[in-house]
Amino acid sequence: MIYAAIVFLPLAGALIAGLFGRAIGDRASEAVTTAFLLIAAVLSWVAFFQVALGHETHDVQLLRWITSGELDVSWALKIDTLTSVMLVVVTTVSSLVHLYSIGYMHEDPSRSRFFAYLSLFTFAMLMLVTSGNLVQMFFGWEGVGLASYLLIGFWYQKPSANAAAIKAFIVNRVGDFGFALGIFGLFFVFHTVNLDALFAAAPSAVGKTFNFAGHDVDILTTLSLLLFVGAMGKSAQFLLHTWLPDAMEGPTPVSALIHAATMVTAGVFMVARMSPIFELAPNALMFVTYIGAITAFFAATVGLVQNDIKRVIAYSTCSQLGYMFVACGIGAYGAGIFHLFTHAFFKALLFLGAGSVIHAMHHEQDMRAMGGLRKKIPWTFAAMLIGTLALTGVGIPHLAGFAGFYSKDAIIEASYAANTPNNFAFWLLVIAALMTSFYSWRLVFMTFYGETRADHHTYDHAHESPPTMMIPLLVLSLGAVLAGILFAPYFIGHDETAFWGAAIFRGEHNHILHEMHEVPGWVSYSSLIAMIAGFAIAWVYYIGAPWLPAATARAFRPIYLFLLNKWYFDELYNLIFVRPAFAIGRFLWKDGDGVVIDGAIDGTAAGVVRITDRVVKLQTGYMYHYAFAMLIGVAAILTWLTYNGLFGGVLK
Amino acid sequence: MSNILSVVTFLPLVGALLIATLNAEAKGNARWIALWTTLVTFAVSLLIWINFDTNTASFQFVEEHAWLGPLKYKMGVDGISMLFVILTTFLMPLCILASWVSVQDRVKEYMIAFLVLETLMLGVFCALDMVLFYLFFEGGLIPMFIIIGVWGGKRRVYASFKFFLYTLLGSVLMLLAMMAMYWHAGTTDIPTLLQTKFPPDMQWWLWIAFFASFAVKMPMWPVHTWLPDAHVEAPTAGSVILAGILLKMGGYGFLRFSLPMFPNASAELASFVFTLSIVAIIYTSLVALVQEDIKKLIAYSSVAHMGYVTMGIFTASQQGIDGAIFQMLSHGIVSSALFLCVGVIYDRTHTREIAAYGGLVERMPKYAVAFMVFTMANVGLPGTSGFVGEFLTLLSAFKANTWVAILATTGVILSAAYALYLYRRVIFGVLEKASLKKLLDLSPREIAILAPLVLLTIFYGVYPAPVLDVTATSVKNLVQNYQSAQGTAAASAAPQGTQ
Repeated sequence: MIYAAIVFLPLAGALIAGLFGRAIGDRASEAVTTAFLLIAAVLSWVAFFQVALGHETHDVQLLRWITSGELDVSWALKIDTLTSVMLVVVTTVSSLVHLYSIGYMHEDPSRSRFFAYLSLFTFAMLMLVTSGNLVQMFFGWEGVGLASYLLIGFWYQKPSANAAAIKAFIVNRVGDFGFALGIFGLFFVFHTVNLDALFAAAPSAVGKTFNFAGHDVDILTTLSLLLFVGAMGKSAQFLLHTWLPDAMEGPTPVSALIHAATMVTAGVFMVARMSPIFELAPNALMFVTYIGAITAFFAATVGLVQNDIKRVIAYSTCSQLGYMFVACGIGAYGAGIFHLFTHAFFKALLFLGAGSVIHAMHHEQDMRAMGGLRKKIPWTFAAMLIGTLALTGVGIPHLAGFAGFYSKDAIIEASYAANTPNNFAFWLLVIAALMTSFYSWRLVFMTFYGETRADHHTYDHAHESPPTMMIPLLVLSLGAVLAGILFAPYFIGHDETAFWGAAIFRGEHNHILHEMHEVPGWVSYSSLIAMIAGFAIAWVYYIGAPWLPAATARAFRPIYLFLLNKWYFDELYNLIFVRPAFAIGRFLWKDGDGVVIDGAIDGTAAGVVRITDRVVKLQTGYMYHYAFAMLIGVAAILTWLTYNGLFGGVLK
Repeated sequence: MSNILSVVTFLPLVGALLIATLNAEAKGNARWIALWTTLVTFAVSLLIWINFDTNTASFQFVEEHAWLGPLKYKMGVDGISMLFVILTTFLMPLCILASWVSVQDRVKEYMIAFLVLETLMLGVFCALDMVLFYLFFEGGLIPMFIIIGVWGGKRRVYASFKFFLYTLLGSVLMLLAMMAMYWHAGTTDIPTLLQTKFPPDMQWWLWIAFFASFAVKMPMWPVHTWLPDAHVEAPTAGSVILAGILLKMGGYGFLRFSLPMFPNASAELASFVFTLSIVAIIYTSLVALVQEDIKKLIAYSSVAHMGYVTMGIFTASQQGIDGAIFQMLSHGIVSSALFLCVGVIYDRTHTREIAAYGGLVERMPKYAVAFMVFTMANVGLPGTSGFVGEFLTLLSAFKANTWVAILATTGVILSAAYALYLYRRVIFGVLEKASLKKLLDLSPREIAILAPLVLLTIFYGVYPAPVLDVTATSVKNLVQNYQSAQGTAAASAAPQGTQ
């Protein structure tokens, strides 16, 4: 029962705030949705202890959904360790974001709508992670897409927000295109979309091929890759990443909840959830590893030079998601989910901290107009500092550290143990770790240190945020400090087999979690060195010698512009997809429909008009022509049938 | 209960006769009589659904009377046709309500035209005699014609004429095919014809002839260009009927005639239909993207959505046909709702230009919510009725041919593009235009029209079982017969091959 409550309390909140927000007022909407979410969060932790630590699993049937022939899909909740981890992440961050938004959005005129969307999002995300079949997962998948669209475009007067919202939806749909085809293919091969049945049947398809798009291809590799295209869209991986930075147009709490902690991790969750399929498709996993490593590297390079505080964190998210996919790709699903878990705390913390900065600075987001804020907003500064320490993975090997220290280092070590070609995954991740450290400290230095670059009025009036905003920062700070040290033994340590149970499948040759503990010593220290190096460079650039950034940008201008413009992906996609779509549409409309098809019709029409004008001299109203033609037709058939019938009868 | 189909079919005609006795000044009475007639018809039609036996594939509520010579008056419904009857009776009261204020000229004649149209449309779905079907099928166009021609927009004559030309060719060919079928089978009785095995060569020609008529009605690419024009010129309620029901006659025709009666030809020509369906989905979606008129955009989107229907039907599988029927019913609700939504703002501003709007959410938040629900259903978001049909038809397409599935699935990207782009330009943005500053949100009458549609869109998205249960048995039977027909054709062809 508590599982249903966890999932449907946010829906109830969304409906109350959405439908009756006007009647009950913004205050009541905030209170109801936040209270429901807090209850759901408490229940989720209860469920986590029961399921993940108590080793239970549950299946809750709710309602028939789509039944057609052998397709049988129900609304149902599947609760195992993987689900319970996601429940905890989603409801905890969501409830804190609800609470935070009460403060952050307090001047907004349509708060009921905002809280309704937030709760709706949470519901869809929970449906996604509790799904026992692929179609319900797709429901949640697209549902979070809808909520994301609504929240990115929340300030609908802003053209940039509208454009970003549409972009997010459509790019995600490109991913969903792959996901949907993957579902169709799985049903075609296994005649079911229910996860347990699929997992049981999958081994029978190993090494078999089927015809896909005219080629005989390996079944499981192809279907895994199609599913992964969906994951790439939702988790903003390289090539389908372009929507995530633009999504920062939404209010900052939205960025923290959807575009950092929860929705964007859905792709990682999906790959882990589908591990019984992916594990049987090594080539697909290799592709996942490649994409993850490239994304981790690519997004970090772009993050180096961004000036918008939220965009830096957005690219950081993109990059960290790449780490999680590398973990999944090399078979260390537990490490990937662990990083998802810790990342949710410290990345939400960084975003909400950034929100607190923006709040203090009267909606200024450009770090070039900040600086010296640590004395004005010391608590926010402390929170951001903890988030940065967690993200960059500060810790002492074999002793203790912040959350990211456990999860990120585990992925880097595993990536070495996985022996990818030329160790590309390992090296890309280490270099990305260096860049992570650089851009994170750059953000801290540019925002909080040095002389302020803000105008006097803004700086003088900069103030600490209200308690509703600071309490979530405090809770998330605790998470960023403790999530690693408390949970590492379960997620990736010696209790991991019992912890995960059957929720994650590992092939018999997959010993990655064992091997990652036996990597050479220098590998364990490599991430530490990268982290320190990144910090040192950032310190030199932004504290020691503040003229260096501009000089470097001048000296390497082409590279600087390339990174600043995000490798020109937006321009490229505009050129090869967006503009051609409109041009072809216009061509098909004006020339295809207009000239060719209607030309033929109108030509015929002109001929018919000339003839019929002579036959029936009716002034207007072509319906008479039609009625006339029909009458003739009916008369003909009746005559013919009657005669036929009569003569037939006579002849017999 | 034995003659309930006739009662439902001809109740609207009774209402029409009643209105005809009124004098021309009694606008209000005409409206109220029309509303009550359609409401009562709807209520009675629900008895059909309640008493419908979902465990049999045979026709139910059958009535049969002698008529002209060999022709019979024969009515009956099965799992394929029954829900179209309900869809028709359900949409009619909404059409009457939607015309309540916007139609002020010749109200009496308008209402009569709609009620006659309802009778004829119901007849199409209930008729079990081929000639009776033909009469209803073609007869329905006359009132539709009058509705566009008399109460339509500026270019109504051009639109009606285009419609006329398109339909004429199809009708003539279908009529010829029906004659040939009678010649071969000696009956016009549809249940008997369903058991008749037409020789494969003959099937091919019959299939083409019926296709000519149904493809125009769907409409399929490239005979779709009448639809955008007809929609643009038709009054709101006319568009609702056009999109909601008249288009479904094509799909229903394929399911009643082409697939079961000409199974061998259907199998041969399936790839041809797939090709046209895919072109429709991609081509018209791209065209929808660049439309400047809201109604045209929705009309083009209808053509794309009908592409899924034809694709699903000719996969000749349970999921494909279940999905196609569901898609038609869902589209009947969603596209009707979208046209009603256009009507709401057209009534206020008298323009359908997308560029004339922007920022409506500011003044019309309730309207924005309704429009959002229908937009999402139109893009096939799971949880709305639009998803179920699209999903099932694509699922079946994958089995038939992976290329078909891949190309058709690109439609989910394109539909999102044109639908959200429309929504953004009309609803979002800053409300700057002076003409929009005084707009009022939905009136109680408009809420009464749109609320049931919103609820059904979501209800059938979450719980489509009531519909899928009705279609399951009949579709299963249809698919089995289709497959066994392929088997006998293959068996009779095989020995020839070895000789």
